[in-house]
Amino acid sequence: MERIPILKMGWFLLVTIQIDLYDRLALDLEADLVKMVQKTGAKGVLIDISAVSIVDSFMGRILGNIAGMSKLLEAETVVVGMQPAVAITLVELGLPLKGVFTALNVEKGMELLNSIIVIDHDNSEDDDIDTD
Amino acid sequence: MSVNITQSLKNKKAEILELWMKNQLTDVGLRDDLISNEDLRTQSAELIGALVNNLNDQNINNAESADFDQLIEILGGISISRARRGFSPRETGNFLLSLKEALLEILKKESNDINELFEASLKLSRLMDSFTIITFETFIKGREEVILRQTDEITDISTPVIKVWDGILALPIIGTLDSARTQVVMENLLQAIVDTESSIAILDISGVPTVDSLVAQHLLKAVSATRLMGADCIISGIRPEIAQTIVHLGIDLSQIITKASLASALQYAFKSLKLEVRKAVQNKLVIQ
Repeated sequence: MERIPILKMGWFLLVTIQIDLYDRLALDLEADLVKMVQKTGAKGVLIDISAVSIVDSFMGRILGNIAGMSKLLEAETVVVGMQPAVAITLVELGLPLKGVFTALNVEKGMELLNSIIVIDHDNSEDDDIDTD
Repeated sequence: MSVNITQSLKNKKAEILELWMKNQLTDVGLRDDLISNEDLRTQSAELIGALVNNLNDQNINNAESADFDQLIEILGGISISRARRGFSPRETGNFLLSLKEALLEILKKESNDINELFEASLKLSRLMDSFTIITFETFIKGREEVILRQTDEITDISTPVIKVWDGILALPIIGTLDSARTQVVMENLLQAIVDTESSIAILDISGVPTVDSLVAQHLLKAVSATRLMGADCIISGIRPEIAQTIVHLGIDLSQIITKASLASALQYAFKSLKLEVRKAVQNKLVIQ
């Protein structure tokens, strides 16, 4: 079964969506990502959707959900690399993705995450796992 | 003696052309600045040829007959080219009406029987009138095409995306914002954001005459879309009257960064990019 890889980069999780998401895959991604955030205690999630050319209301909702869930687990979500057509579609669908940070590309997204997340080094990763 | 209209017209082709040219050239409204006499003569000869050669006793009562297809095609070509060259409707109309006059004049010489002459001229008039109408229809269509092309051009020209600084784009909007234009503006802006990797876009609406709730909604859409792309959008150039309308209509623009002028928007953009604009200190030459 197809799965979208979730990479851990320091305090952040990096997800690159290289294929057009179908519903099942998106739901799996949502579940995997939330689990991963909880497991690693990541403070930021970066989702690169630069290769996604088709988006529907369901996809928009999933992105919103991921952001909401990560927020509950103390992680900020940044969606990067959205294509113009996708942005227009989401706006026309009435899904402006409130609560999700956006950036032009992965580089700028990382910068943004670094600037919004103040990492408290005393609070180590182990503590998060203990609360599991 | 019965008069055979079609036959006599066929025989007098050259004569008709001369008479018609005379009518056209003596007309005070002749536009010899737009078309040369030689061109006019060629056009006229072609048209008479197509008319007279295809005319017979059956189709004289039926302008829609397939026999006239060639004639109508020539007429269409002439009127469209005239519409493009800037002839007035009156001048285009006179072109055909003077032909009708020439034809009737020729007809007059053919018979002395008043009744017969009346019948014949009525038929001929009717035919020529319907050709005139066709000419007008094509003329208007030509004009409309010109207008349509200009509208397209205006839409294209009027949404330039300007790179004012590294990472800062400005888009001055001139004219009313309707859905179709918003779409073009939005697409251009978003594509430019991708191309230039800009993080701030300034939408300047000083050239938008009125802002109603629909225009505001379009602006909000553009701002949301830029935000989704990962850039910030500032709306500048809000005139006092527009600020009044926005508040009176109860439109909520509090989610958007708005600035009074492009200058202050630019200043804000500089600030958020951590850039500083300073007056250069002039180095004075110290003479020792």
